This record gives sequence, C-alpha cells and structure tokens, in this order.
Amino acid sequence: MQKSLHIDPNKCTGCLQCEMACAWENHRSFTIAKSRIKVFSFHEEARFVPYTCTQCDEAWCQLACPTEAIKLDPVTGAKIVLDPTCVGCKVCTIACPFGTINYVASTGKVQKCDLCGGAPACAKACPTGAITFVDADWTGLDKMRQWAGKTDTNPATV
Amino acid sequence: MAWTKKVLRVNLTAGTCVAEPLNAEWAQDYLGQRGLATKYLCAEVDPKVDPLAEANKLIFVTGPLTGTMAATGGRYSVVTKGPLTGAIACSNSGGYFGAELKFAGWDMVILEGRSPKPVYLLINDGKAELVDATHLWGKTTWHTEETIKKAHQDPQIRVASIGRAGEAGVLYAAIVNDLHRAAGRSGVGAVMGSKNLKAVAVRGTLTDAYQVAHPEAFFTAVDAGKAVLAANGVTGVGLPTYGTQVLMNIINELGALPSYNHREGQFEGANAIGGEAMHEKRPTDGKPNLVKNGACFGCTIACGRISRMDPNHFSVKDKPQYHGASGGVEYEAAWALGAANGVSDLEALTYANFLCNEDGFDPISFGATVGAAMELYDLGILTEAEVGLKLTWGSAEALVKLAEWTAVGEGFGKLIGLGSKRLCAKYGRPELSMTVKGQEFPAYDGRGLQGMGLQYATSNRGACHVRGYMVSPEVLGIPVKMEPQAIEGKPAMLKAFQDLTAVVDSAGICLFTTFAWGLQDIQPQIQAACEGDWSEERLLLVGERIWNLEREFNLGAGLSKKDDTLPPRLLTEPLKTGPQKGAVCHLDKMLPEYYEVRGWSADGVPTPATRTRLSL
Repeated sequence: MQKSLHIDPNKCTGCLQCEMACAWENHRSFTIAKSRIKVFSFHEEARFVPYTCTQCDEAWCQLACPTEAIKLDPVTGAKIVLDPTCVGCKVCTIACPFGTINYVASTGKVQKCDLCGGAPACAKACPTGAITFVDADWTGLDKMRQWAGKTDTNPATV
Repeated sequence: MAWTKKVLRVNLTAGTCVAEPLNAEWAQDYLGQRGLATKYLCAEVDPKVDPLAEANKLIFVTGPLTGTMAATGGRYSVVTKGPLTGAIACSNSGGYFGAELKFAGWDMVILEGRSPKPVYLLINDGKAELVDATHLWGKTTWHTEETIKKAHQDPQIRVASIGRAGEAGVLYAAIVNDLHRAAGRSGVGAVMGSKNLKAVAVRGTLTDAYQVAHPEAFFTAVDAGKAVLAANGVTGVGLPTYGTQVLMNIINELGALPSYNHREGQFEGANAIGGEAMHEKRPTDGKPNLVKNGACFGCTIACGRISRMDPNHFSVKDKPQYHGASGGVEYEAAWALGAANGVSDLEALTYANFLCNEDGFDPISFGATVGAAMELYDLGILTEAEVGLKLTWGSAEALVKLAEWTAVGEGFGKLIGLGSKRLCAKYGRPELSMTVKGQEFPAYDGRGLQGMGLQYATSNRGACHVRGYMVSPEVLGIPVKMEPQAIEGKPAMLKAFQDLTAVVDSAGICLFTTFAWGLQDIQPQIQAACEGDWSEERLLLVGERIWNLEREFNLGAGLSKKDDTLPPRLLTEPLKTGPQKGAVCHLDKMLPEYYEVRGWSADGVPTPATRTRLSL
C-alpha cells in the first residue's frame, strides 16, 4: 500500500513540533528554518495550516530539472532530490506550482519533502493528528466516516 | 550542549552590539533563563537602582530546553528590576520568539543604557544591529510587528515589542511577542520603554548553534514526557478544551474567587465569563467567543485561547480592526478584567484583553487596579468629574474606556497605569490596594487558600501565582491534597513548589507542564539535553539557590520582612460567603515557619549557613 501525508488543518494548533522533527531528521538541528514542512498561521482567521510537498505523480519539479537530480522513490512514491547531482539552479523552484521545493543557501542544493524514506518524522511528531501518514488511495476515509456518521438513516427511532 | 554559550550585549547609549561568551560556570549553577539572568542581573546591577534609570538593565534570556522538541520548549524570560514593585522582575513568555533567539545562536541578550532615540534591535543569526524606530514610536505592538517584517521582507522574523503603554510609562507595561503572547507582569515593558527600545526582532537559521548532549536519551525522555501530558486529564483534556479558564467555575465554587476588589470571595457572574461560556453560542450572533485553541512553540498542550468578538458589541461596533480572531482571555485575565471589578460581559473582557495585547499591558494589574478604583468610587472618594465617567461596579463601559485610556496613558488612564498601590495611596486609602510589594493579586483569594496567601506574601516579584502554585495541592490535589484552610505543612510545601518552579522557569519549558509533570519527568529531559550530571537533588538545589539569590537582590533593594505581608483586608476581614466563609489568611502563623524551612533568620534574611550551603 502506498501512503501519503494527509493534513487536517482544523486539528493543527501551530506548535511546530513537525517543523522541528523535519529539521532534526534532515539537518540534526531543531532550527525550523531548515524544515521542509511549514505551518502557516492565518491569525485573524484563527487557522494554522501545515503545508509541504504532496508528491505529484506528474512532478513538475522533476520534469523541469536539467540534471535529472530529482527521481522517484518507487516504494514511497516520493520525488527525492539527489544532492550530488543537484547543481542548485533553482529551476525546479520556479516549476513547482506550490512552492514546496526550496533552495538552501548553506548547502547550495534544493530540498523538498522525501517522506523520510517511508516514515515521515512530521507525522510522528504531530501531537494532534493534524498530520497523518495514511493509505494514499483513501486520504478521504476519515472525512467520509465523519459525514457518514451524520447521515440520518432511521429517523423513525428518534 | 543545550546552551549556545553566547551572550549578546547591547549598549543602547553607545549603540554597540557585542558578542561575549556565556559564563559557563554560572550556567552550571543556575541552569538558564530565569536563574541565569538573575545571576547576571545581580552581578551587574546595583539593586538600589531606579528601575527606569539608564543604569538598570533588561535581559532577554532562554533556557537549555528552549528551541528543542521538549514539550513546551519555547519559553524565554525577561529579567530586570521592576518599576511596579522595586523588586526583581522576571516575566516569562511563550509564543515563538524565544526559540528563534536560540536558533539565531543566543542564550541571552543583555540590554544596557538608554538609546538617545527610539530604536529596535535586529538580530539576524550572528549579526545584530540597532535600527531607527522613530516611525514606530507611538504605534501598537501589532503595528510594530507587521511593519518590521515588511521592512525586512521577512515574514519569518519574530518580534517582541512594547506598545504605547510601555512608552507611556504604564508601570505594568508588558513586552508582547507573536501578537498575543507576553512577558506580562511586573512592568518589564516600562523598563524597555525607558530605554527607548521599541522592539527586539530576531531571525535564526543556524543549525550548529547548540545541540542536545545525548540525542537518543533526549528523545526517549521527551517522548515519555509528551505521553504523560497527553494522558493527564488537565493537560490532555482540560487545558486544550477550556484553557486556564477551566479554573473559573472550580475556584468560584470553592469560594476562593475574589471579586469586587476582594470584598467578596465569590463572583455571581463567574459562569458568564468562564471557560464553558467561551464555548457557548452568543444570543446576539449565534457564534461562540472561542474559535479554537492554539499552542506556543513546541507545546503539545495548546491551552491558548483564540477568540473572535461579536462585531456588534458596543466596544467594537465601528472598529473592524478588532473583528478578526486574536488572543482570547485566559483565566487570570478574565478574573482581573471581570470578577475583580464585577464585570460579567465576556465580550467586553475580550476587547480589553485585545487592547492589553495590542498596546502591551498586564491585564491582571490593570483589571485589579480598575477594581480598586471602583471601590474608591463606591466609597465616594473618587467622583465622576474626576474620573471622567461613572465608575460603578460591573460597568463594562467603564472597563472598556479605562482600557483605551490606560493603553495610551490618557486622562484617568494615566493614574490607572500606575497600579492600585499608587492609586489608593494618592486618595489616602492605601489599605484598599490589593497588592503585595506593589503588584496586584491574581485570581485566587489568599483567605480561601491559605497556602496561596503565604505564596503571595513571600513571592520575590510581589503578588503572583506562578512562583509557587499552591492551588495545585490546595484545589487539584497535586502532588497531594491539602485542605484549603489547613496551615500545617504549607510552608514546607510552598518552599518545594517555589524551588521546583524556579527550575522549570530556568529550563525553557512552561510551568503548565507541572499540572502533569513532576521533577521525575523533567529531570531526564534536562539530563539528556545538558552536559554534566543533573540529578533531581541538584536541580532542587539550583531552584533553591535561584530563590535565595532573588531574595538577596530584593533585600539589597531595601525590601525586608515588613514587605512579606498582605493587605489588611486579607488578614482581618473574613470572607462573607461560600465554603470558605469566615476565613482570613493566617499569615502570622505560617510566615515564621516559612522563614525557618527556608533557612532564613527570623527577619527573613538567609543565614550564613544557608548561604554557604547554596554557594551564594
């Protein structure tokens, strides 16, 4: 079963444990400036929204890369950046419609979510279940269940 | 090592920013944050200094767990000599600012002198500079934060700033970071204003500034700690659902919710302003006050309230800038803005709280001072002509107006901004000021809870609930249940709470974890993060050392045993209603024993033996 990250912004409290977990996984540092997942705060709307790469099937970052430094991990479905091949040209950062691949000045390479090889640290660190790693074919299952539960199938008993 | 081992020293008079190594020996003796900054302050500042003079210093400080995955590991403190109390002031805040300072590579920023013109301090990793803030003077914290981010084209900058209250010399002005988190008490914002320092803005991107000493052990300890918080009824359910406002009805029913300037120990409007009420749909627009809960950096509890006001409420009817969501009332704010002066209009409280955040002033001291003013008005000592409005008990209109005036130091707000001690003294009724060492009580009656009474009298920063939270044993039964009116064992329990709290405040984590965590949960996290051996015994000794050093600063400042007291109302006027009816605070029976368990003389001075034991 292929899995994908699933984000439920309603559950996010903005604690940034996910950002620290990501930075730790990839840089052995808690400095969230290095995180590949970002939580956005829409203050006046009282909303926090975690956001990262959704691993497009037709990945424009991959198509745009002139050095073929972005390749598919066939097991996880993640598009991963090959550091030795990446020349830091940043064309992928222009191609990505969502902004989820970004240049890292200190390494001279781009970085993006690679699903941590199949065990995403952000999902593990999230204390509220706002970020989960679930069956890629059924990311809507929980929401379906919620609405299913509201379906009044036997009004006579009320 | 969990310290960056770097201190940024900023001389505002000369306009210089210099990096210096952290005194690592002191870090071993005082851990970090509250303790470490206290050591620096005591070493560098004459305790007799005028708090608003150039010679006072203002220290922003993080702890070893700040900026780590330890739950709630995002705290920072501001330490200085406080203008409200004349005692040491130490105010603790969450939000995201503290961790960012650590990511930029700094354990501590020491601000000294006074800038000839308004400036803000801009820190970009290792680079620090003072930037002209003339255009920000006279502006709110909300405006300041937004303007600084825009000016540097960096929305990821974190800002801690003062609003107009800090500029206007409100003696309980706060420093506000991330729009609605605050180093709230004791007037640290007034000291910042006196230095012409508008803001500290930080962006931190370093990956090698600090490291936890033993990563594997650290994650084991941190994960165990998070599991304890999640499984605990208070931190796992009560706080995320109701925030600290979970306490409003509990404390009221116990008869320890002071109201009407402590004339009463219960408030008939408690239910209308408590945590449950924030969830209820308003009859006016069908929407609840509370929109959702929010977390500070790294916090897996998420007690923060995010509220949206009824846009048709009289206080904001034509002010769309307050129609969006923002920081809602916590328990202490709801009590002070509400019960302390009899106001039971949750929307008015929320608006006043917004103003406290927007212009940076402490809702506890503000609300309690309004309560004192209302009593003066009730007694006919203050008149409508003098105040500029009717100051009747429970008037939401008066509360709102006074908040607006105090925020900018206008009209009668100028007097309210000096706190209730100075207000009541001015009108010849000093005994009506519900303060200790000049700082207003928070939301627990020292008659209803004897241990809290003793805590208020002995707290190093004046009346305060977050220095030794005796509510835990006296109400919640943590770690053991003690009867509210009991006296036996309270001094020793209070000492243990005060020492443990000093450790928590010095580690970089939030005190609210201790609803669930004991030292046995905290120690492994510190041990794994920090180099050296940090046993529970050593940590408690560090806590005790911090408490005693603060005490010595205060003694040096001229405070003494005579200041370890309570207003006569708490000592002689019995509570009139509720389960604690008839109670006064038996401070005289507890204080001598407290001094004894502290190892202090009968005059409240640490004995030579105590000083030696604590290596002071």
